[in-house]
Amino acid sequence: MTDTLAQYSLIAIYSAMAVYLVAFVTFTLDLAKRSAAAQSLAPAVPASVAGSGGTAVLERETPAAPQRNYTFERVAYALTVLAWLLHVAGTVLRGVAAQRVPWANMFEFSLTASAIVVGVFVVVQIWQNLRYLGAYISGFALIVLGFGTVGFYVDVVPLPPALQSYWLIIHVFVASLGTAFFALGAGLSVAQLLQARREAGRFPAAKFLDTLPDATKLENLAYRVNVVGFVFWTFTLIAGAIWAEHAWGRYWGWDTKEVWTFIIWTIFAGYIHARATRGWRGSRSAWLAIVGFAAVLFNFTIVNLFFKGLHAYSGL
Amino acid sequence: MSRPSDHIDSPAPSPVTQPALGPVGYLRFFWRQLTSMRTALLLLLLLAVAAVPGSLFPQRSSDPNGVIQYFDKNPASAPVLDGLQLFDVYTSVWFSAIYLLLFISLIGCVIPRTTHHLRALRGRPPRTPARLERLSVFVEVDAAGQDPAVAIDSARSMLRKSGYRAELFDGPTLSVSAERGYLRETGNLVFHTALIGILISVGIGGGFGYTGQKVLVEGQAFANVRLSYDSLNPGRFFSESTLPPYRIVLDDFSATYEEENRNALGQPIDFSADVTTYEGDGPGTKSTIKVNEPLRLDGNDIYLLGNGYAPSITVRDPEGEVVFSDQVPFLPSDANLTSLGVVKVPDGLAEQVGMAGFFYPTAAQLDTGALTSNHPDLQNPVLTLRVYKGDLGIDGGIAKSVYNLDTDELTAIAGDGAEEKALELRPGQTADIPGGLGTVAFDNKDPDADDLLQSVSRFASLDVHRDPTQGWVLFFAILVLLGLLTGLFIPRRRVWVKAVETSEGLRLEYAGLARGDDPGLEAAVTDIARRHSQQLGLKLSP
Repeated sequence: MTDTLAQYSLIAIYSAMAVYLVAFVTFTLDLAKRSAAAQSLAPAVPASVAGSGGTAVLERETPAAPQRNYTFERVAYALTVLAWLLHVAGTVLRGVAAQRVPWANMFEFSLTASAIVVGVFVVVQIWQNLRYLGAYISGFALIVLGFGTVGFYVDVVPLPPALQSYWLIIHVFVASLGTAFFALGAGLSVAQLLQARREAGRFPAAKFLDTLPDATKLENLAYRVNVVGFVFWTFTLIAGAIWAEHAWGRYWGWDTKEVWTFIIWTIFAGYIHARATRGWRGSRSAWLAIVGFAAVLFNFTIVNLFFKGLHAYSGL
Repeated sequence: MSRPSDHIDSPAPSPVTQPALGPVGYLRFFWRQLTSMRTALLLLLLLAVAAVPGSLFPQRSSDPNGVIQYFDKNPASAPVLDGLQLFDVYTSVWFSAIYLLLFISLIGCVIPRTTHHLRALRGRPPRTPARLERLSVFVEVDAAGQDPAVAIDSARSMLRKSGYRAELFDGPTLSVSAERGYLRETGNLVFHTALIGILISVGIGGGFGYTGQKVLVEGQAFANVRLSYDSLNPGRFFSESTLPPYRIVLDDFSATYEEENRNALGQPIDFSADVTTYEGDGPGTKSTIKVNEPLRLDGNDIYLLGNGYAPSITVRDPEGEVVFSDQVPFLPSDANLTSLGVVKVPDGLAEQVGMAGFFYPTAAQLDTGALTSNHPDLQNPVLTLRVYKGDLGIDGGIAKSVYNLDTDELTAIAGDGAEEKALELRPGQTADIPGGLGTVAFDNKDPDADDLLQSVSRFASLDVHRDPTQGWVLFFAILVLLGLLTGLFIPRRRVWVKAVETSEGLRLEYAGLARGDDPGLEAAVTDIARRHSQQLGLKLSP
């Protein structure tokens, strides 16, 4: 039974990867098409305050300058949602097969974390149209799933005593949630850096950027997303410390994984301060957010694989 | 000055040439530099970078054996790295310097901000600016025929209902000035103050706390006094009188291994240490310690951090007189509990005898002929012993590890190049020590059973901790989180409503100013304008 379910889970994941691939290609085509279309468009008119005469309420700032219908984008987004549903189904099946949360080893964690990254991307669309990040997110999910299935696949095994704790559910899930927001934030910060270059006239080739919000708007979006990630990360740190106290007898011991979690927290704390420091807004703080997310990836890959530490038993 | 001068919300610096500074002036200058946003940011990033080497090099605090190995492998570079404190990064001078400077900078920032905030909490919202149209969000509404006093008064009560602190101002034109979101700054200050609280709690806890280790074989008791510990790491202000007087007996240790899932045969599923604890003269209390379930006793936390086998070994002299009999803990070296142990018999035999050996709970032969264990349970227990005679080196009064046999002054008499092969024993078997020195027996703990599953006692490795400020650290950590939530997500904003009388009648002006990041300011001000207009019965053109 367990093996059959695990097989179904894997089939769902492979299907999700196939659909992510198509979504990624379509998102990329969409960006290419935007570049072509952007040439024929007049420059974006900034939203303006109503004239002094008469009575008026300030107009809402238009989200992405000229609102148009991007067919490719809509198809790609629909495909992403489909892939995500398959992805979630595969992850849940894995959990059912193992009769526990599906994030107890590197393979399972790559399934769950990438599902949460895409999930946050999908949910965030309700709040703000960030579909222009679709190529980045679907590509990211594809790569993570590829590494997870090819490099780290393990059969379902029971939890070792050290992982038998409800903190496994809380700590790891919130860490993934934080990672998802940082991933989105890093995407926005990259877009912001590109946009800032384009606005400075140094990037004439990337015309699709004209269809994205301006650099300041991208920076504000990135900040708001990263700040949510930071709160989740802080919680992860605290929950991890409580669990460490239960399992290892001390809440903090500078284990390699703890060290990197601390480093990431410090980088993002720096990012938030940079946003409030004169001379550090804009591209500088964007770089900090990107470095922070790179450290998150480093923590989940290099530190897990090559650094000696107590988190190593999470099974590769 | 409430905020550092280079905070984004502080007024831009004016390019004034500084007069020559006296000593006090310099001190003030350095203090201002230290408490500036730029310095805090730099120190934060420096702290992140400085923490990295601690994950690259083994640390004495978390991996002392790794440090020893590093010294063995890199005898040339290790002392240099040690001189740079790279094996003690988190207690090193340079790491401490960074975080202490950071916290001084933090305190220097938090104190003036707190006093400023306390004043702001009691004070009135600031006077309405003369030209509202200059603010980032500005809306105006034609209110011809309205009475300015009524309009402003209704604006004030509406703002107050929405949680604003609102104040009327006369001046040339009537206006209301309102501010909300003081909790943002409160959260911000709580966050930073709680960080200081964590640092102080950790420092105090480290000084008064202690950690100790004790290996306990089934049936053995442990009294909580300093000498009972195998090792004890006391904090700086530790005193023996702080050890609470209790006694723990390990009644039983049970390990459960996976037997059905073919992908995980032999993987541990559960470790349980059943103990009886005695406090004072009262009767014992039974409890169970598991890996994620420590025992909390008298302010001590007792953790189950390891386990293994303790074969019962009896050594007799040629006359059959017992000269050594003990359950000897063998330390596991792999997941299938292939374990290493040492027996030292200093007295009773013709010469001092030392034995070092392996214990295999489920012995199997490799192609090379060597033994290995392929399951952690006692399916085919085998004990092999290399035997040495000579000087054990324990008479000189120098403390020696019970887990280590120094063979420099010893001669191998079985195994390790000697004529005789190493002794190989199963539970219940006895072998002669070569040279007619006597016999060694591997006792079976459960001789009447059909199988050998209970033939060898197990030991539990317990860690005893006391951290008197652990609860405080948690308390401050929760404050950090709450402070973060309010400090980041509650918007702080100022809103003004002004009644301007013009030749064409009354005009109402609405304006808002964000203090800190506030993406919802525009929507909030337009919403206030809309609701207020509706209340006054004004028509708002789209």
